[in-house]
Amino acid sequence: MSDTTAAAPETTLPETDAAPTAPAAGVGTTLLAWLDRFAPALAFAAALAVWEAATWVFAIPSFLLPAPSAIVAAGLATPAEVWLGHIWATLRVALMGYLLAIAVSVPLAVALASSRLLSRTLYPMLVVVQSTPIVAVAPIIVVTLGASDLPRVVITFLITFFPIVVSTVTGLLSTPEELIELSRSLRAGRSREILHIRLPYAVPHLVSALKISTTLAVIGAVVAEFVAAERGLGFFILFSTSFFKIPAAFAGLVVLVAISLALFRLVGLAQKMLVPWSLPKSER
Amino acid sequence: MQPPVISFKRLGQVFETAAGRAVTALDGVSFDIGRHEFVAVLGPSGCGKSTLLRLIAGLIAPTRGSVEIWGMPVTEPRDEIGIVFQRPTLLPWFDVLGNVTFPMRHKYGRVGEAERARARELLALVDLADFADKRIDELSGGMQQRVAIARALLLDPDILLMDEPFSALDALTRDEMSFELLRIWSERPKTVLFITHSIPEAVLLADRIVVMTPRPGRVREILDVPLPRPRSLATLTDPTFHALADHIRGTLFSRPAAA
Ligand SMILES: Nc1ncnc2c1ncn2[C@@H]1O[C@H](COP(=O)(O)OP(=O)(O)OP(=O)(O)O)[C@@H](O)[C@H]1O
Ligand SMILES: [Mg+2]
Repeated sequence: MSDTTAAAPETTLPETDAAPTAPAAGVGTTLLAWLDRFAPALAFAAALAVWEAATWVFAIPSFLLPAPSAIVAAGLATPAEVWLGHIWATLRVALMGYLLAIAVSVPLAVALASSRLLSRTLYPMLVVVQSTPIVAVAPIIVVTLGASDLPRVVITFLITFFPIVVSTVTGLLSTPEELIELSRSLRAGRSREILHIRLPYAVPHLVSALKISTTLAVIGAVVAEFVAAERGLGFFILFSTSFFKIPAAFAGLVVLVAISLALFRLVGLAQKMLVPWSLPKSER
Repeated sequence: MQPPVISFKRLGQVFETAAGRAVTALDGVSFDIGRHEFVAVLGPSGCGKSTLLRLIAGLIAPTRGSVEIWGMPVTEPRDEIGIVFQRPTLLPWFDVLGNVTFPMRHKYGRVGEAERARARELLALVDLADFADKRIDELSGGMQQRVAIARALLLDPDILLMDEPFSALDALTRDEMSFELLRIWSERPKTVLFITHSIPEAVLLADRIVVMTPRPGRVREILDVPLPRPRSLATLTDPTFHALADHIRGTLFSRPAAA
């Protein structure tokens, strides 16, 4: 008996519940879809609002932490052509270092992947270079190479090239053994094996390294400007902080982040246009 | 009597492992394969089947004895060989047609209209005529393996080497592919060396079956398959088919000493 009485409310419960929840579920799913779309932007806006409010409520002085509004104001107070001058100076160094890194890394990776002797001789050296804190070496490089873009490009290059080399070597060596045997059975030769099979197989690895390296290139350019420069966003930030113009320094930082994001997106776009097959099916 | 296309002469292969131990993969393997013969090599994992294939392809040099093609010892890869591997290993940056013409591009650096036409013919042969410009990841595993077969046939090899080509496929696709292969082989006769783990597959496909012993790989037995051609679904219910399969099962699972 107790079984049936216990069962009775159980069977009726969902029924009574179902009527009001059905439309609510509809609203819930549209709300979820809406959230899914705008949640990142909302979270970002909320963080900015909290930041803004906190600086007012706790009366934080702007040289400790400027409010977002103060940063925007400082950004607008600096004339556009001054911004463009600094942006161009940093971007030029970052791009030159980045392109130099690609130009050196890919052939170097091919050499390392092709010859065990070369890889055993050169790899330890590369690891030593990579393990050296570039920030500490930067002043030395600037003194050695003089005051021009050259030392800045070299510093950027040194920070950028290692991930590209390592990823490309991994990619070159990840080629299926069967394809290498196919190539050898056709007697196509080493250069065709690398050009037609190994390098394309390395492309997905290379692209991820290129994405990471965009950020590294901007870091490299800024580090170099910290050491010695009279233009560029790194210089602008250093200069602003030394005059306690912290909101302006933050504005410079925002521009740097924007540049990094733009370069990252650019590599992604290039991948989509030039080598769409290297993307997972869902992202094509 | 025609001279054999491939002959193994007391072939032996010893590998040095990374730990410095010597592993005898093949030992005293001798047999011949005739023109347009379909020979299946059957044996447990690690008995040296793939090694045998690499030796014919000239990808490795034998430690002892020799492999001869048309009476000439194999010293390097030769033009008259096409290879199909266990995995299709197609190139994702080319479409289907680009994959079939790849050997031409890879070997000679360019692909002419004649090769493209030939590739289309081969795609029709493997029943993929409408898939020439499809991407590789739009094909099923069985379709990809058909593309790999078409690729192996592009340069019109006399000899087709197949290393467990259907073992990565599901059972249904596998049976279908076996009959497909027989049809392709009857339309384009080739000398075929077909490596497999599967007894029914070997019996269904081959003229002769070479049964190997495990470590070191030796020839345990060479069996003629007296089943008539063309083979069909009816072959699978033929009493000879079952008698032969049972016999092989018996030898494979008996101790070498008892054999
Ligand atoms: N390059 C190599 N170096 C060292 N040992 C090897 C090498 N290639 C093969 N071997 C060894 O030789 C033996 C035979 O290998 P093989 O790949 O020919 O076997 P298999 O019959 O094809 O096996 P499976 O059915 O699993 O593919 C194995 O013991 C393997 O470990
Ligand atoms: Mg094998």
